This record gives sequence, C-alpha cells and structure tokens, in this order.
Amino acid sequence: MIRIIVQTAPIDLLAEITQAETALERGAGAGAVATFTGLVRADDGVETLELEHYPGATEAALTKVATGAVERWELSAVTIVHRVGPMHPGERIVFVAAASAHRAASLEACAYLIDRLKTDAPFWKRETRGTQASWVEARDADKDAAARWTS
Amino acid sequence: MTVTMVYFAWVRERIGTGEERVDPPASVTTIAELVDWLALSSPGHAAAFADPARLRAALDQAFVPIDTPIAGAREIALFPPVTGG
Repeated sequence: MIRIIVQTAPIDLLAEITQAETALERGAGAGAVATFTGLVRADDGVETLELEHYPGATEAALTKVATGAVERWELSAVTIVHRVGPMHPGERIVFVAAASAHRAASLEACAYLIDRLKTDAPFWKRETRGTQASWVEARDADKDAAARWTS
Repeated sequence: MTVTMVYFAWVRERIGTGEERVDPPASVTTIAELVDWLALSSPGHAAAFADPARLRAALDQAFVPIDTPIAGAREIALFPPVTGG
C-alpha cells in the first residue's frame, strides 16, 4: 500500500506511524516499520522556510519514488508525507515510512525513499532571515546520495 | 504550436509570472531551443534563462533532459534544481 500526502498542515507523527502499523497488520508476516522524519533546521538564523512545489507533478514524482522502493524490497506499506508552504525551525517538513516483514528491508527502503525524494521530486526551499529571502541551492551531496541507488 | 509554460522558484520570480501560454515558431523543436527563444521575450525572461546550465525541465509533469523535443507537449515547466526533503 502506497500512501502519498502533500500538505500545508503540520505532520502528525503518531497518526502516520499508526497508519503504517495498521497497514502492516493487514499484510501477512509483517513485523517492521522504519521511519525517517526531517525537521526544518535553523541554519544561520533562518526564521521561516517556505516550500514551493509543482502540484500534480509532485504527487506523481513521489509515487514513482515509492514504487521504486516497492520494486526493490518486499514491502507491505510505504508512506511519504511532505509539507509545503511556510514553516519554522523545529517543525517537521518530511516523513517517510517503510513497512516489511523484517528490519533490513524497512531500513534500506527508508533510506532509499528519503535519498531519492531529495533529487526526484519538484520542491523548492526559500529561506527568510529578517527581511532577506533566498532560494536554497541544490547540494552535490544529495545528488551523490541518490546516485548510490541507481545501480 | 501553443504550449503552457509553468515556472517555479527564482525562475518564476525573475519572469514575474508562474504560468503563460506561448506559441513558438516551427523552428523551435526542443526545450533548450524554447528557452533560447523565450529569453528574447522580456528582460525578466532573459534574466531567468541567462544560465541554462542552472535550469531543469519537466514535460507534461515528468522530469526530462533539457534537449527533449517539444512536439505534442501540452505543458512545459522550467525551474532550478530541486531542494525538497
């Protein structure tokens, strides 16, 4: 079961983990849920982080990332929740979960989901410090992290 | 051929709009050529497309290389490298 959510509302961690566990109970022989939560960092005095995205294309790209994980590992559930719009340091910006029978597939799939999401989905971050706003530049390290899954 | 252009992040800001309909001449056959042609339409477009190496593209909502042919496209998006997660 693939669950893709793009929302302006805060991410409800307990509800999302519970959802992934519930999906597990329905699947045969499932015993592991791995999750990753990304928070807004207060880099160099960032006060507000605003996430722009490409409605429609975003959901399609995230579904492709989730499908890629399902093709590589035996998973009974994959969740990707990404927040858009304005948010503040400390708030959750992204949540991914992978559920499977044993921990190895869940943990590896979880890393895959967040690595690929960073390079394959149309989101753009804009930071505000005081009256100064700037677009965040893409990082080579993110590209390298995503590339390790291409083989 | 009429196509809907959509722009995001600083590409959108420099152009001054997030969406526009354009009608490129038949000599424009790829997204890269479309970018060169659009750059002539206003100072904002010229600023947004000054460095094509910093542009990424999507055709009908799927990521594609910038040299992709535009024949049959309904919607073409231009934007900076993505920074989600």
